[in-house]
Amino acid sequence: MIAGTTQIPMKIFIPTPLRQYAGKQDAVEVQASTIAGALSELVSSHPDLKRHLYTDDGKLRAFVNIYLNDEDVRYLSEKEQTPVKNGDQLTIIPSIAGGNCIL
Amino acid sequence: MLKMGKFEYDAVRRHGEETYPHECCGVLLGHPDDQGRVASKTVRCGNTRSDSPHNRYHIAPQELVRVQRQAREEGLEIVGFYHSHPDHPARWSQTDFAEAHWIGCSYVITSVDRGEAKITNSFFLAGETEESKRFEDEKVVVTETAALNEAAG
Repeated sequence: MIAGTTQIPMKIFIPTPLRQYAGKQDAVEVQASTIAGALSELVSSHPDLKRHLYTDDGKLRAFVNIYLNDEDVRYLSEKEQTPVKNGDQLTIIPSIAGGNCIL
Repeated sequence: MLKMGKFEYDAVRRHGEETYPHECCGVLLGHPDDQGRVASKTVRCGNTRSDSPHNRYHIAPQELVRVQRQAREEGLEIVGFYHSHPDHPARWSQTDFAEAHWIGCSYVITSVDRGEAKITNSFFLAGETEESKRFEDEKVVVTETAALNEAAG
């Protein structure tokens, strides 16, 4: 079997502001073989999430962090194409920053 | 409205005094209620902006992932965040607004003048999307922590 083609059941944890667009759930269960597949299934089952996660040209919004377990997906060698395995969890976490300086 | 336990309210202000002249930052855990949010627990976070800690703060996303997991295990949710403004008013700045993305959450700011916590204000991030978000002033009601926990059942 080719790695990354098996559909694995996994949980995607949803942050507080986006739960209203995910059936008020704090986690959504999907079946996917890669991180990209998991995110794609998430937005196809909860279409209202899409505009909050992606820009109009389909890119993940800069302030939206996706973690595979404890790893930032941006820093994985295969990024969103990384295959997922049993027990993996995805977490969506918008960034938190600020300060009293003038940008 | 943001309801905070007295213990949590004091903890937020004390954190700002301890990190002065740098900004402190942390997360408010609790639950929503019919009048807004109730913060029954605070989690201190590290400020990763070591390049400019006196006027910038940033919480490592990995730390937030851990906090969100911890909240879930305790039956709580992230209802807001706090940070301090050393020698600066307890009002949100353009930087605070540009980098605020948790719509529906409270952003608490404490002014710390010469090491002493002065004013603590909260701003509710209202709106539906990143494009329509706005900060609204919100009242902070401080109650005894035990009373908050009783109300939460």
